[in-house]
Amino acid sequence: MNERARLLLELADDELLVGWRDSEWTGIAPTLEEDVAFSSIAQNEIGHARAAYELAARELGTTADELAFDRAPGEYRSSPLVELRLVDWAHTIARRCLYEQADRARIEALMQSGDEVVAGLARKIDREEAYHRMHAELWAERLRGDPRFEQALAELRPYVDGDRRTRTDDFAALHDEMTSVRRTAPGAEW
Amino acid sequence: MVTEAAVWEALDEVPDPELPVVSLVELGVVRRVEVDGDKVHVALAPTFLGCPALDAMRRALESAIESLGGKAEVEVLTGDEWSSDCISAVGREKLRVAGLAPPVPRDAGAPRLVQLQSAVFRCPYCGSTETRLENIFGPTPCRSLRYCESCRQPFEQFKTI
Repeated sequence: MNERARLLLELADDELLVGWRDSEWTGIAPTLEEDVAFSSIAQNEIGHARAAYELAARELGTTADELAFDRAPGEYRSSPLVELRLVDWAHTIARRCLYEQADRARIEALMQSGDEVVAGLARKIDREEAYHRMHAELWAERLRGDPRFEQALAELRPYVDGDRRTRTDDFAALHDEMTSVRRTAPGAEW
Repeated sequence: MVTEAAVWEALDEVPDPELPVVSLVELGVVRRVEVDGDKVHVALAPTFLGCPALDAMRRALESAIESLGGKAEVEVLTGDEWSSDCISAVGREKLRVAGLAPPVPRDAGAPRLVQLQSAVFRCPYCGSTETRLENIFGPTPCRSLRYCESCRQPFEQFKTI
């Protein structure tokens, strides 16, 4: 796999998984506003994943759905940060803050790419992610100094630059859930 | 024989699936139309990549072209070919009348929080700029929720992107 496909897949895998994890708050977030915010952010992250998978698929001679749902766990290139199943709000907000920070650095680098298609996608994503960053910024400001939040940040920070070649323990159940429709209705068109 | 002008005219009749007061042409998401014999190529730019109406938009454009007798080829763009500045003046006014505040013009850089908290957002009902941000996110990725202190109405704000 060449460098371009590798970068697109890392981006797509992260966005798919973080979107999936964020969508777990739909209907049960602490406030109605956060329910709306997390649902919208999740939908958008998965939209970014779809666009990046489609570009990678063209390069690799496959389809976006096959890349998203038909690979074996060892073939994903996600960051361990987005694989974790987080069930409390402090950790969830800490992940959003850490993820948006890391994602911003990556998107800024991709915007400088000499490959106009990749740079164009990065510019589009950057404008959309700006709203996710504002959401994270508001929460970081609100929770700064709160011991639970600070502890969550400290716990999750090492995962940001974790090994993308191995999967965390939480990945198996996530992969099983994510791929269940593909497995039960192979070849279905939507 | 399908002409480019006839295609633009037909697509200007296709309502946005989520904001049916404006057409897809008024929304500015139809970026290019190229006609080659009976083949009609249309470049469609999503407002947000996560827009759930994207497939519905593509199908609506295809069916409008087919009813003109053309063979539709809709290409979905993944770059930054669309911005909220692409919404036409007519489209902006239609959004405002429907109670959805049109986007403010975009800056060179990505939008920032300080802008959302500034006093440039006008209430679509009473015109006051005494409005505050309620939620960055709303019913679709392209909208935020604001509250007008002047007429005490919540309203939806089209995001600047």
